[in-house]
Amino acid sequence: MMNGIMNGFLLSILIWLPILGAVAVTLAGDQRPVMARGLALLIATATLLLGLPLFFSFDTSTAAMQFVESRPWIETFNVHYYLGVDGFSAPLILLTMFFGPLVVIAGWRSIQKNVNQYMAAFLVMEGLMIGVFAALDGLLFYVFFEAMLIPMFLVIGVWGGPRRVYATIKFFLYTFLGSVFMLIGLIYLYIHSGTWDILAWHEMPLGFTAQKWLFLGFLAAFAVKVPMFPVHTWLPDAHVEAPTGGSVVLAAIMLKIGGYGFIRFSLPITPDASAALDWLVIGLSLIAVVYIGFVALVQQDMKKLIAYSSISHMGFVTLGLFIAFTIYDKSGGTSGAALGVEGAMVQMISHGFISGALFLTVGVLYDRVHSRMIKDYGGVANTMPWFALFAVFFLMANSGLPGTSGFVGEFMVILSSFQANFWFAFLAALTLILGAAYSLWLAKRVIFGAVVNREVENLQDITTREAMVLGTLAAAVLLLGLWPQPLVEMMQVSVDNLLQHIVQSKVL
Amino acid sequence: MNSAQMLLAAPEFCVLVMACVIMVVDVFLSEQRRGIIHGLAILTLIFAAIITLRGDYLADGVQFVTIFKGSFIRDPMGDVLKVSSFVIMGLIFTYSKFYLRNFNMFRADFYTLSLFALLGVMLLISANSLLMIYLGLELISLSVYALVAFNRESRRGSESAMKYFVLGSVASGMLLYGMSMIYGATGSLGLTDIAEAIRTGGSGDILLIFGLAFVVVGIAFKFGAVPFHMWIPDVYEGAPAAVTLFISSVPKLAAFAMAYRLLSSGLGDLHVHWQGMLETLAFLSIVLGNLAAIMQTNIKRMLAYSTISHMGFVLLGLLPGSAYGFGASMYYVIVYGIMSVGAFGMIILLSTQGVEAEKLEDFKGLNQRNPFYAAIMGLIMFSMAGVPPMVGFFAKLMVLKAVIDAGMMWLAISAVLFAVVGAFYYLRVIKYMYFDEPESEITVKAPVDFGAALTVNGIMIVGLGIFSSSLIAICMTSFGA
Repeated sequence: MMNGIMNGFLLSILIWLPILGAVAVTLAGDQRPVMARGLALLIATATLLLGLPLFFSFDTSTAAMQFVESRPWIETFNVHYYLGVDGFSAPLILLTMFFGPLVVIAGWRSIQKNVNQYMAAFLVMEGLMIGVFAALDGLLFYVFFEAMLIPMFLVIGVWGGPRRVYATIKFFLYTFLGSVFMLIGLIYLYIHSGTWDILAWHEMPLGFTAQKWLFLGFLAAFAVKVPMFPVHTWLPDAHVEAPTGGSVVLAAIMLKIGGYGFIRFSLPITPDASAALDWLVIGLSLIAVVYIGFVALVQQDMKKLIAYSSISHMGFVTLGLFIAFTIYDKSGGTSGAALGVEGAMVQMISHGFISGALFLTVGVLYDRVHSRMIKDYGGVANTMPWFALFAVFFLMANSGLPGTSGFVGEFMVILSSFQANFWFAFLAALTLILGAAYSLWLAKRVIFGAVVNREVENLQDITTREAMVLGTLAAAVLLLGLWPQPLVEMMQVSVDNLLQHIVQSKVL
Repeated sequence: MNSAQMLLAAPEFCVLVMACVIMVVDVFLSEQRRGIIHGLAILTLIFAAIITLRGDYLADGVQFVTIFKGSFIRDPMGDVLKVSSFVIMGLIFTYSKFYLRNFNMFRADFYTLSLFALLGVMLLISANSLLMIYLGLELISLSVYALVAFNRESRRGSESAMKYFVLGSVASGMLLYGMSMIYGATGSLGLTDIAEAIRTGGSGDILLIFGLAFVVVGIAFKFGAVPFHMWIPDVYEGAPAAVTLFISSVPKLAAFAMAYRLLSSGLGDLHVHWQGMLETLAFLSIVLGNLAAIMQTNIKRMLAYSTISHMGFVLLGLLPGSAYGFGASMYYVIVYGIMSVGAFGMIILLSTQGVEAEKLEDFKGLNQRNPFYAAIMGLIMFSMAGVPPMVGFFAKLMVLKAVIDAGMMWLAISAVLFAVVGAFYYLRVIKYMYFDEPESEITVKAPVDFGAALTVNGIMIVGLGIFSSSLIAICMTSFGA
């Protein structure tokens, strides 16, 4: 009984505990950083623990929404405070909560200015991101989606690097510009249907022209968020300038919101337009995978390199989602397409772990040397053996080494794209070479070789705190790589449901 | 007319009487005890609000009551606007007291003139005849002309008062000219009769269309819509911040009421004609307001251009002519009033002895100097930019919905595009506050009531956003939407 009551409010607790906790952290004042850090860690950990039922009590046999909450919010407008999770959103919420304590710890020493505000910003961000994944009301989704920009804008702008102002304003305006088109689309859907219920929109018939415009509106919002070529240019700037924690959240979770948006909005609400315009998304994804892979190869800045590698890897997500239509047309069944969508989901989670871990490793070096330039390093393994172990491991995972989570998602997507078109698969598979090239070359230049300068010579190996963070992530990467079954089981029914849904035309 | 009917105008009488009382009381007060005037003014607002809220004139099925031979109307819309004006006015008085003390201008005339202007606002809100509209309008304008020049030593103040006066007179003339044509075409001054006359006599009369055009010009001037916006930046900049505070908020509520009464109650059947006019005005205001605001380095001027773009949104809500659109527009104007007083309140807060904080640079590093007030200003800026969950977002949302409902997709899209452009200059203020180091070491201090008012103001901006339901419902039900 107690459990039942808890589950009825679980999502609300997960959203509001960090946000209200952030208020408490702010009140600690900027004179008491220790208290602010401790309180933030406590809140983030509590959120993670409270959120565990999302995994353990999750019913993997149904595609219906679980942990549902619904109450009227703006009656005159028929807006509801409507929350719930399915096999797509639950793993992403778990990912978000998982990173909560990690980013707090990551900023433990490196942030010395306005600690309370920094911690509060991350807690608010965590609550809002959970809200984005949990919202089943279109307007509520949009509110979380946009509100999230505020803390990120401040994090990059206040605690970022030298060009932080340029980077953060670019980040804000790009995302804002993309999402206002979605807002118009959402309002149109509301006027058309009289409800903001996303699930009702899934069922609603829509003319092809309307679908096409809606699809483009959603594409504008989510393509910027993912980010897809050619609207990706904000990401390298934002990543480079953001403090480590900001980069981690940006890469690990915020980018996933774009992918999630395609799953929750574009595909099921506008299936006919998605099918008709899938060439566009596939084309852009392949460009991202290949071209951006090459771009990553030539970067001088470690963070930029990882940022470009993120764009390239996120290309797999959009590719995996949108090849579904071609596969269905060829095979007449949805099982092949399911592999692609599942691969996209696994790729999102896995990329969350790996990119987050990579930004943390760069953060470790940056804290010591205050440079992100590859040329300032070399032979780090000689002075920081433990660090080198983790760094090489994560870079291997990034290049898709079997046994790590990076392999699973990419492999699933490549496998399923073979069923769609040989050339899709061929181009996508290039990433295995490219990814290995830029990841391992980075390892070679930074980690291995002879010690290049005095700074590297004086490096201290990672502390227990850092080892704990990196160790947790390494465990997650390995676990997901060796045993992805629980994750796949979690989403399987939802994936099938989605595919059943999108292969039926909504044009009357 | 019996006394029960007179009571319907009790809030107006209350404000009128108290304005006179304050004028008299001041004569007997010594310099040190001026605070009493402030207290009296606040009490006036509280009383007026209570009287307005207690008005149980609406029997079953009655939507409105008119008195004074139909020239004064009492309806829920008016009540909502009046109570909002009182609340905003309360904030204005609290912020201004600090400013006036700081600048050695703490005189009772400010309160008298402001209350007279408020009376004008109330009359305009409740006006149901052309004559009453003009009366309310002039009462506001004349009081504000004097207020703009309130600082006798300031050349800029006098200059902008002069400019405002000249332009305002021209606009009043236009409005009056339009009204006379409408009177000529319909033979009556009461809006109800005018509507009746148009309905029976047809709306094709060229005289009527001409009259409408001039009336729209008058309305556009009051809103400060492009191309009748020229006075706004100069007056905002030249007037003392305490007066700008007033100009930028409460009269906009009255302007909305005036537009609604004239265009919908009176000339509703000419909707096809005025819709196109408002479309152009709204579009130009949003485009020019946002573009020009980017180039400003003076925050008062920046907010002036931002007002222009916000008024463009209010006009957007008006132009579908639907109950829903009017509700959205009214919601927008109230929300804008709340945001605007907050922003100017912040300017007053940062003004030190005798120098107004009117450069954007004055906000540099505010987060280091006082994180609490920086956060409030941050909320206001995000709200003006239309970022949820702040209340400004919901205002934009409702207007956009009304516009899309009316099938004007291109207007909605250009409006949001320029809202993104607008976001840039609001972000710039936040950039100064959060990302830059402070240049001044002076601690930001404010009296308790000022701090409390600003806090309430900040809470309203978030609270009315997260709990937006009730205010939206109130605005919608006053139009029966």
